[in-house]
Order: sequence, then C-alpha cells, then structure tokens
Amino acid sequence: MPEQPQIARPQSDRSMIEIKNVTRSYGAFKALDDASLTIREGEFFSLLGPSGCGKTTLLRMIAGFDNPTSGSIAVGGQPMEGIPPNRRPTNMVFQSYAIFPHLNVEQNVAYGLKRLKLQGGEEKRRVEEALAQVSLTGLGKRLATELSGGQRQRVALARALVMRPKVLLLDEPLSALDKKLREQMQVELRRLQQAVGITFVLVTHDQYEALAMSDRIAVMFGGKIAQVASPKEIYQRPVNRQVADFLGGMNFVKAEIVEENGASLVVDTLGFGRVKTDKPKAFVRNGGGATLGIRPERLRVLWDNATAKFEVAGKVVERHYFGEITHLIVEIPGLEKPLSVTETNDFGADDIPVGTPIRLAYDPEALVAMAD
Amino acid sequence: MTAAAEGSPPLRMTRARRNALLQSEPVQGFVLISPTFLYALILLVLPILVVIAHSFWTQHYLTIDRTFTLENYRIALTEPIYRDLLWRSLYISLTVSLFTVLLAYPIAYFISFHGGRHKSLWLFLITIPFWTSYLLRVMSWKVILGYNGVLNSGLMGLGIIDEPSTALLYNSSAVIITLTHAWAAFAILPIFVSLEKVDRTLVEAATDLGDGPLRSFLRVTLPLSAPGIISAALIVMIPTVGDYVTPKLVGGKDGVMIANAIQAQFGKAANWPLGAALSVTTMLIVSLMAGATVLIIRTLQRMAR
Repeated sequence: MPEQPQIARPQSDRSMIEIKNVTRSYGAFKALDDASLTIREGEFFSLLGPSGCGKTTLLRMIAGFDNPTSGSIAVGGQPMEGIPPNRRPTNMVFQSYAIFPHLNVEQNVAYGLKRLKLQGGEEKRRVEEALAQVSLTGLGKRLATELSGGQRQRVALARALVMRPKVLLLDEPLSALDKKLREQMQVELRRLQQAVGITFVLVTHDQYEALAMSDRIAVMFGGKIAQVASPKEIYQRPVNRQVADFLGGMNFVKAEIVEENGASLVVDTLGFGRVKTDKPKAFVRNGGGATLGIRPERLRVLWDNATAKFEVAGKVVERHYFGEITHLIVEIPGLEKPLSVTETNDFGADDIPVGTPIRLAYDPEALVAMAD
Repeated sequence: MTAAAEGSPPLRMTRARRNALLQSEPVQGFVLISPTFLYALILLVLPILVVIAHSFWTQHYLTIDRTFTLENYRIALTEPIYRDLLWRSLYISLTVSLFTVLLAYPIAYFISFHGGRHKSLWLFLITIPFWTSYLLRVMSWKVILGYNGVLNSGLMGLGIIDEPSTALLYNSSAVIITLTHAWAAFAILPIFVSLEKVDRTLVEAATDLGDGPLRSFLRVTLPLSAPGIISAALIVMIPTVGDYVTPKLVGGKDGVMIANAIQAQFGKAANWPLGAALSVTTMLIVSLMAGATVLIIRTLQRMAR
C-alpha cells in the first residue's frame, strides 16, 4: 500500500459518495424518503437532524449494515449494491465505540489488520502510528475495561483509521462524552481529519458540533434532506423555518410579499417595516405570506442617544443571565411574538432592568426570508 | 456512634448498637442467607465431614475400628477394578460434557441470535422434557436403543442391518448418549445467557473491520461466550461423574461407573470406609478435572485473539 500523502487540505470537487434517490421503508414507515446527496472527496460532512430523522439509517446504509429499499449508493465511484460491510472501503466509529472487551488497546487497533497478514513489523508500525494520531502512545497494553470514555473513543477512532478507509463514518461519536471533553474532541477530530485527508461523514443531533467541525452539512427531518450547504450558509440562510429553528435561536416575523423577482424579495412586516432581502434559492411562494427571520445575536441594543439606520423600538419584558451573554426578551408593538436578543455582557446588558424601553439596531442583510 | 452514646443510659446504647448492627449490609446479607446456609451446613457439610472421617477408619464385620489408616486410599487408588471404574467415569463425563456443549452451543446461538420475538417460547420448549421424571427419560432411551427397540427396527426396516444389533444398549456409549440428552438443557441455558450478553455492535464492528461471518464468530462471539461454555461444561461434568442411575439402567456390565461401586460399598458390601475413600478420591479428581477444564477453555479463548 502506498504511503499516505500528508497534504494539509486535500478536499477536492471529486465526489466520494453518491447517494441517489435512496428510500428505506419499514412497512408503511419511510425511515429515509428519496434522499439524494453527493459527498466530496476529503470533505468533513455532517448529517444533522433530530432523532428519528433518518441520519443514522443513511450512515448505516453507506457502511452496508442496512440496504436501501430503492435507490443507489456508490462509494469512490463503485456501486455498493450487494457488497457486504466487510468488503466496503468504509470504516465506522460506533456510538457505543464497540471496543472489544477481551482485547487490549493494541489488539483492538490491530483487529482489522490481522487479516491482511502484513509483513516485517508493518502491522506493529501502523498500530503505533494510529495510536500516535489519536494521542494514545504508550497505552497499547491497557485493557478496554481500564479506559476512560474519551480514551475508548480514541481507540475506536484509531481502530478505524488504521484500516486507511476511503470514508470514515462516525455515528454520534461525541454524544457520550461530557461537555468539556466533547468540545476538546471536536477540535481534535477536525484537526485529525485535515491531517489524514480522509472523507469523514459524521452523524449528529448537536447543531454546534456540526457547525464547528463540518465543511458541509445536510440537515434532515422526517427522512428527507431539507438543506445541504456550508455551516455558515445553513446558519445564515436556512431554507425553511424548521432548519432555522433547529440550528440555534431564530426570531420569526410574519411578512407579506409585496414584490418578488429573480434574486430578491420585498416584504412588508409590522415591526421591521418594508424590507428588501435576497431570495433564497429554494424559495417557493405559498400564497401571499412569508416568514422573515433574524438571529437573536444580530439584534443590537442601542445605548443612550445612539442611532442606527435600521432600528426597532420596544420594551424589555424578560432578562436571562448566561455568564458571558444575556438574553433579553423584547416586546415590539405590532409583533405577535416578542423578539429575543442576545447581547454580550461587556456593555452592561446584564444590568438592563425589566420594563425598560429599548431600541434595537439591525442590519437588513441579517434578515432572511423563508417560505411559509 | 460511640461519642454520642457515651453520656446516654446503657439501655439506649444497646438499642442504638443493635440498630446499627441490623442496618449494616454484611449483617443483613448473613441474615438473608442463614436459612439456606444452616440447611447446607447440616445436610451437606456435616455428612461430608462424616464421610471424610470414615475414609480413614476400618470396617471389622459389624464394628468400625477408628484408628487412623490410609489403607482404604491405597485400595481405591491401586486396586485395578476401582482404577478402571474411575477412569471410565472420568472418560464418560468428559465425553458427555464435550458432546453436550457441542450440541447445545448451536441451539443456544440460534435462540439468542435468531430467536427474535420467540426467545422465551424456545426456552420454554427446551424445558418440556423436564416435565417428566428423569427415570422415565432414561427408560425411553432403553426403548430406543434396545434389542427390539426403535432404532434397531428402523435400521432393519430400511435394510441397513439384517438382525438387531446388541451394540447399541448396555455399554458406555449408551450411557454417553443418554446422559448427553439428559443434560442438554443445563448446557443450553448458561451458553444462551452468555450469548445474550454479547453486545451485537461488537459483531458489527468486527464485520466493519473486514471479518466475514465465520471470522467474526471465531474472534468475537465465541471468546466472549467462553464463560457460558465453562459453566455449561462444569454443570454437566461434575454431576455426571457421580451418576449411578443411568449406568445401572442402560450401562450394563461395560457401562458401570465409580458411583455404582461406591453405592455397593455403602450397601451390599457394607464397607463404609472403603466407600468413603472412593467418594473422597472421586471428589478430589473431579475438582482437579474441573479446574483443568477452566484453564484449557481460558487458554483457548486467549489463543482466539
């Protein structure tokens, strides 16, 4: 096997996984409904969605543990139909890690290599290399039962990476770790993926995890893929309310469409007046109504006599303190729901008394239109 | 507790102490097991001590000479008849354990991995033969293996043999067949339990790492079910060494086992000390054999890596 090239960012436009019109039904229930997706070579791709959205089903079908009822999956240009999991160029990091309890760390990592019958200490060298990649050097003789959760996760990772798969599949790998360790592992996983250059496909229900690690994200609901885009685009330009709501907080404002053309949309709202926004790619008009969204952190408190070109006025009705930030709930006359505003605490937002009249500044760029 | 109790009147002190005693976990544990423990002490440990004591004494017609002697053990270990019977008993029990485990494993595997919703039904079906008496089950083997039995008639009807075979019944093979059948359920259950505990994700992980069905079974499922195999082997091996009903009914002259000799010494031959020495010897050898079995299976398990 050739040496692995150490390229910093091997991502290309070549496709690695082609998922075409894949459906998986269990009787009348469709766990996955006509999903199509292209995952690129060297990409860190996330399947994000609430539990039961079909993301794990899709991952297991790429691995070969489940088969599509209809549709096709190809990995590295090779159709996967009829190929059992043990002959696929993919390896998986299981949610429970699935560390073999009767083997020590080294034996776990070497498990898949044994069959290859590598010559001249090559197996040992590759195990050492994999353990070094996940910072477990020196723990090779430990038993699986003597490892912490984080260490078990690293063993599972090393055991899959040592096989040098074309695609590494990760099924909620961080969900069993505590918050601090999880955040540390997010950074490490991302760094590792960039170092080895293998395509990673991650399944997660944690939007921050997906945003922090991925090159691209597919957001899924009820067996359907709702949106595939970069983290920034998904966060800033969600295609619909469901996606917007799932990724962080979003204020929704009712709007009337005044004018619609190729690239832009002009809407009337009660709180924000007449607004011209970019028309989202997937926008399909449904009657005369639409929804305008704005993220809580894109609303800024205007202090004293400060003014802004675009502002709304209201009254603070609730205040929630979160350490580095404060959440303000602001009632705007005319809006059916109060706006939620996230303000950092460096200017004293944590001291604004409930009941204070307040003015909020916003950038019309931050307003996103969504079909109803 | 002592600091608080120092100034209080004696009565309160004892009550406090008694409450503390009743609340301590070891004490509660002992209280819980005490009925069974006493029962076992009186009916198991004491008789064994009596047997061990007898093995060092001598029988003089109707009286027992209580001077210490190792003569009984000399007879038990060197007299060819007892040596042969002991060897045969060990051979039969080892063979029975081996066959029982070999036959029970696939059944347990099937129920655990492919039983689906009907696992409890399958387990229930396995216990059905135990609704009849053990003697009845042994006797039915006599019907199957006998001179005019089911097997002989069947083989003759098919034209495979011309006259009934006498090789089927009244020998050690008949004992092995009967015992293997009789103990099957006791082997299936522990193996089933250990297979149930095997995390199915581990098998998936093995498959993901390139193993086909046979390899993942040999490298993951089998080693992880070793505890069940050990229990099954021991559960079958230990009692079958000392079985005397089965050899008596289907064993004939060639199927006699050590327990039949022990029974004779305590009964017709009326030589309790010799019977006791034979019993103690058998017990020790069975313990050694059980230990060896555990070691061998553990070694095999380690080799599977």
